Amino acid sequence: MHIAATSRRGLLAGGAALGLAPQSVRAQAALEPRVVIVTSFSRDVTTPFVQAFERAHPGTRVEVQNRNTTAAVAFIRETRSAPPDLMWASAPDAFEVLKAGNLLARPQIDTSGIPERIGGQPTHDADGRYFGFAVSGYGIMYNTRYIRANRLPAPREWADLKNPVYQNHIGISAPSRSGTTHLTIETILQGEGWAPGWALLLEIAGNYAQVSDRSFGVPDAVNSGQYGIGIVIDFFGLSAKASGFPVEFVYPTVTTLVPANIGVIEGASNPNAARAFVQFLLSPEGQAVLLNPRVMRLPVRPETYANAPADFPNPFTNPNLGARVRFDSAVSESRYELLNSLFDRLITFRLRELTDAWKAVHAAEAALARRDNAEGRRLVAEARAKLTAVPVTEQQASDPAIAGAFRATRPDRPAAGRQAEYEEQWDRYAVATFGEARQLAERAQRAR
Amino acid sequence: MRTEASPIQVVAALLVAAFLLAFLIVPVGRVFVVAFQAGDGGFTLVHFADFFRTSLFIESFWNSLYVASMSVVFASLIAVPLAVILARYRFPGTALITTLGVLPLVMPPFVGAVAMQLVFGRNGTVNLLLMDWFGFRLELMEGLNGVIFVQSLHYFPFILMNLTASLSNVDISMEEAGQNLGAKNFTLLRRIVLPLALPGYLAGASLVFVKVFDDLATPLLLNVTNMLAPQAYLRVTSVGLGDPMGYVISVILVVVSVAAMGLAALLLRGRDYATQQRGGGGLGRRELTRRGLILCWCFVVPVLFLVLAPHFGILLLSLATIWSFSPLPDAFTLQHYGTVLQETPQFITNTLLYCGLAGLIDVVIGVTIAWLVLRTKLPGRKLLDMAAMSALAVPGLVLGIGILRTYFDVKLWDGASLATSWIMLTIVLAVRRLPYALRASTAALQQVHRSLEEAAENMGAGKVTTLRRIVVPLMAGGLAAAFVTSFATAAVELSATLVLATRDVDAPLSYGIYIYMQSAAGRGPGAALGVIAVLVVAICTFAAHRFAERERSRRTRSSDPRAE
Repeated sequence: MHIAATSRRGLLAGGAALGLAPQSVRAQAALEPRVVIVTSFSRDVTTPFVQAFERAHPGTRVEVQNRNTTAAVAFIRETRSAPPDLMWASAPDAFEVLKAGNLLARPQIDTSGIPERIGGQPTHDADGRYFGFAVSGYGIMYNTRYIRANRLPAPREWADLKNPVYQNHIGISAPSRSGTTHLTIETILQGEGWAPGWALLLEIAGNYAQVSDRSFGVPDAVNSGQYGIGIVIDFFGLSAKASGFPVEFVYPTVTTLVPANIGVIEGASNPNAARAFVQFLLSPEGQAVLLNPRVMRLPVRPETYANAPADFPNPFTNPNLGARVRFDSAVSESRYELLNSLFDRLITFRLRELTDAWKAVHAAEAALARRDNAEGRRLVAEARAKLTAVPVTEQQASDPAIAGAFRATRPDRPAAGRQAEYEEQWDRYAVATFGEARQLAERAQRAR
Repeated sequence: MRTEASPIQVVAALLVAAFLLAFLIVPVGRVFVVAFQAGDGGFTLVHFADFFRTSLFIESFWNSLYVASMSVVFASLIAVPLAVILARYRFPGTALITTLGVLPLVMPPFVGAVAMQLVFGRNGTVNLLLMDWFGFRLELMEGLNGVIFVQSLHYFPFILMNLTASLSNVDISMEEAGQNLGAKNFTLLRRIVLPLALPGYLAGASLVFVKVFDDLATPLLLNVTNMLAPQAYLRVTSVGLGDPMGYVISVILVVVSVAAMGLAALLLRGRDYATQQRGGGGLGRRELTRRGLILCWCFVVPVLFLVLAPHFGILLLSLATIWSFSPLPDAFTLQHYGTVLQETPQFITNTLLYCGLAGLIDVVIGVTIAWLVLRTKLPGRKLLDMAAMSALAVPGLVLGIGILRTYFDVKLWDGASLATSWIMLTIVLAVRRLPYALRASTAALQQVHRSLEEAAENMGAGKVTTLRRIVVPLMAGGLAAAFVTSFATAAVELSATLVLATRDVDAPLSYGIYIYMQSAAGRGPGAALGVIAVLVVAICTFAAHRFAERERSRRTRSSDPRAE
């Protein structure tokens, strides 16, 4: 940890000395004395950037307000009359919400030298309302001590997580609670297809130990060794590893790179300083800070990777990273709320019923492996079919008449029914189906 | 009996009502209105009907009820023996128990959760050692039973503090009368002492019930989502602020909480708990026999060890380099304290200022409401009590948003917004913790006999003088308990703080812990701040305890050798 701090300071000094001087002197004349940033990023992430920025623009003090994404969006909404200057967070959906509410300004930002697309995804908002300053991919993080003590193989792909040996060893945060997990789920569904994707998700869910209510809860639990494997965004894994925790992080083949963003808020009282901060983040100096061991995010400037550690993932040279899936944000947007609710009904709130059923299936399959018989196989197949089915079709999920019911906040869309009615329907479905599947599997265990 | 209200009563009632209206009812109402709004903006009850038609919510409702009731039972098992030892026996280490007995309430956000998992979790210290030695593990932190376990450890101090305050107000003459009638040790305790201390016990028990019923931190920590409070929270924070169901659940939480309080009041109705003689100053503290002493220690030490285990966990975490999948950390360092003291010293002073003020506001308002309810015939006085108690069931996030919505455009002298100033943060902390102070004050006042005040008034003292010179001093122990609970729990409040705190320099400790605990590297410094929070509360509790003891001994007869 000590080493990390020293190298950070060295890095910053280097960045500041790198010859920003002439521009910053010119820009400085117009900069306001303070700039206020609302962010969901931790202190570890913000402090190096703030220090580097203040060094480059000595006349401006940066005030950082840390809030979780929900509280940040609520705060910006409620403070229209005198809002903070910048919103700085991962979840692209939070920026979409702000944009839809006309809460983001359109500053003039020079993005030359930054590719328009990284891993098939646009780097910046097409309307110029928010900007990607780093990209992140989703993957699997695991605790090496835990894996060794429990004699588990190290997972590499999403499908590996279906293996019954991982029963009760995997954690995830609910997509309704974490924008990053939502994107992971959506990526899997788009990469595998709706029905096969759900089959995969439901089978992996059979091995879940917990569904956490906040994104950081998952890396926290893996770091402590409460459970061994977590489905997380890359920097949680990379920065934990850099902080000395016995953890590893891998990208499965089906992953997508999603930008972490910054945007100037409409009506900001310090627009010039706000714009300068965004510009700084995108500049080579700002990008260099991303490689700080406590930050560890993938820069959006290809040249920054020259200074990265040896095994640092590079989306510009590794064609696999994020390229398999062409993320369709229109599809994602059309079923955003519905997907969250569906996942909660089937998995989050019925985790016990689901994992019990899968345990029975795994036990039946183990019994069949010892003493094969047709009746047993038929029953297990039936149980599996029940456990991997999803009660909503792909068309229904994006149907405005159904998906619209989940958007209480958007009254302009027509709704076929109330959210509460659909949710009750799914909940009943989950309890009934998982129960039946469990009974089938238990009969299969006894079949001969 | 007074039949009409005096001007002072009316003014006091109006002031309290204005405070509650301005900082609780109006802001929350502006958010809650969604629960009753149809798609076209008109009034509807369809969302409530939906609630009762949704099996998940009904299940959650029963789960919450079950968990809250069982937590009261287990919390009582811990708290009642401790309180009896404290109040009835001359036990070395009384101050220790009183101080340490409050600490479980002070569970710093996130840090507490991590420490709990590291100690009691499925791969925490306890289970790793059990696995190593005996090859099995205990599911201490799984499911509803896990919630009951953690909640009982967490909230038993409510019963302990209120019951201790109440016990020490039971007049010794009552006990002596019982003794004269032939009652002995246990009978005496069961038939005389505990019944007389019922107001304090019920104040604590109802607080535990309502707090557990409305609490979301612990269920979320254990990832138990099929309870009512987490359902409301998850709805509001994920489906969005416009979602009616989250507020429907909140309204139901408020109704059940108020009903539980009503039930507790009903149990006390028609009985008189006040005793006239105040010279006695509480139960005589008796010497413990050698065997009794050993027995007491055998109970106190393991219990303290159990309830403070999370705090040991936090302490270890704050000194640890890396602590992962092992019974103890890999190595130790003091570096995290250096980081915290260097980067963020203002968090500590801010916490002392805000929470100290909030605690004082709570005591003043709590006593006023208790006095209005118990001592006057003012119409609508019960409403004040209920309104203040409902703060317990309002999620902090909702109150925070309501405050922003109502006060953001009100500017202070320097042009900053009132809603995001530290003044508002203090007020919000006071509102959120008022129920604790109110219950403690009510219990304390219930034990002061009205004739003492009437005597003072007959001597020519005015209402205010009576309150100041007679009532408040007689309630000193209860008031100290009120202040400590409000202060201690305010020091670790996070949900409203997170919405309202805008600048690092104005932020309290809990906010500092939050920002550290968002990253792997911040775990150590976050825990160090947590330890500081716990220490600050411990010191203040100890001071309050000393103050209460001094008040007590000042009016105690020579039965207590420590009294002058």
